Amino acid sequence: MYEQIARNKRKTVAIVAGALVFTGGIGFLLGLLIGRGSFQVGLAALIIALLIAAGLSYYSYEYGDRIVLRASRARAVTHDEEPRLHNVVEGIAIAAGLPKPAVYVVPEKAPNAFATGRDPQHSSIAVTQGLLEMMDRVELEGVIGHEMSHVRDRDILLGTVVATLVGSVVLIAEFMLRWFWWGGGMMGRGRDREGGGEGFAILALVGIVLAILAPLIAQIIKLAMSRRREYLADAEGAMLTRYPPGLANALKKIAADNTPMRVANNATAHLWIAQPSRIPGEANHWFENLFSTHPPIQDRIRILEEM
Amino acid sequence: MIALWIIVGIAALVLLYGVFTYNRLVRLRVRTENAWSQIDVQLRRRYDLIPNLVESVKGYAAHERELFEDVTRARAQAQAASGVQDQAQAENQLTRSLSRLLAVAENYPDLKASQNFLALQEELTGTESRIAYARQFYNDTVQALNTLIQSFPSRIVAGLGHFEPREFFEIDEPARGPVSVQF
Repeated sequence: MYEQIARNKRKTVAIVAGALVFTGGIGFLLGLLIGRGSFQVGLAALIIALLIAAGLSYYSYEYGDRIVLRASRARAVTHDEEPRLHNVVEGIAIAAGLPKPAVYVVPEKAPNAFATGRDPQHSSIAVTQGLLEMMDRVELEGVIGHEMSHVRDRDILLGTVVATLVGSVVLIAEFMLRWFWWGGGMMGRGRDREGGGEGFAILALVGIVLAILAPLIAQIIKLAMSRRREYLADAEGAMLTRYPPGLANALKKIAADNTPMRVANNATAHLWIAQPSRIPGEANHWFENLFSTHPPIQDRIRILEEM
Repeated sequence: MIALWIIVGIAALVLLYGVFTYNRLVRLRVRTENAWSQIDVQLRRRYDLIPNLVESVKGYAAHERELFEDVTRARAQAQAASGVQDQAQAENQLTRSLSRLLAVAENYPDLKASQNFLALQEELTGTESRIAYARQFYNDTVQALNTLIQSFPSRIVAGLGHFEPREFFEIDEPARGPVSVQF
């Protein structure tokens, strides 16, 4: 458990460092190209890019949980609105010896749940409306036990930073890709005036870089959020409730449900207890599988049943 | 000369081990105390719920007076109890009389359907499972502390620092598994 915490902190630092180097490098290259090989312009662009990346990192550390919660359209619920959920969360928090996380509900029919925050003192657990309706108390305790283990092991820190940092890189990439399409046309006009295809070449290069970016980022997420931690959270969650069949039954219900999730997206998919899908039907779309961070749910059920 | 250094080195290692173990014992003792106060908080929440619960049942089943007195008496005893053993015994008594109260409530459909009673029942179930979890956490901590105090060589450090083994908080379990308490 303590080594898991240490490993997660190390990985978070590595991800942030990676993001700094990555954006710094891109910035430097862009600067060099824009400044036509001028080292000063390249350096200035590098510094600006680093500042942006550092700001982004700090932001995702400090406010990442709020961004993730808002991206999932999660709503804070009071004890009076959801007494059962609040009671279960508080009970499991006591079992783990942790402060009680904030409790959120996501207005989705598909049963799912996630935890976010930077440490157990600043943590939140969100479950979907569908999960609340579908699960009995014992199954709900199983799911919350799984999430509480993520909180205790600091998986939430790494997961949240990955979601917001990598998510924002994906966002910027998409933005630039669009800019490339539009800008490409405008540059075409500019070419007549300036007579140089350089501007276009720069953007073409950026476009190519971004084209190989998406699968690369997917790989980063996969590497960071190893499948082992889901098995680990299952096992530790079962230890908290001392009742593995609770979580096993919950996972069975989740596996049997094929309702698509509207708020599912590739930046936050790794946070949920089960891989969310935007497309109805049993299988996830191939593009979603590219970002697949979860072990097969049948394996998880089997392991829990063998406990 | 070399022998001297070896002796100094061993002494330093022993001292280091002593400090490390002592700190671990202190940490575990503090955690045990915190865990115990958590149990206390949850037990008190249950005491606070009981008068409301009794009132709500009374409204529909006024003639079950004996039962109400039983619960009230058990609650007073539990509140007065001190020490881990006494507390556990009194809580067992209270849990049993509460189960009887809720079993009787089953016979009154109007009561079972009342919103107020349902809310109280959810609160009671929640509190009972919190007590169970607090107890689980407390006992785990006590086990870690007692193991350290009783095993060698940490028992020497524990003896020097006057660390005492703690008592487990044992209550009879209402068929653990589904924590949804079967009254």
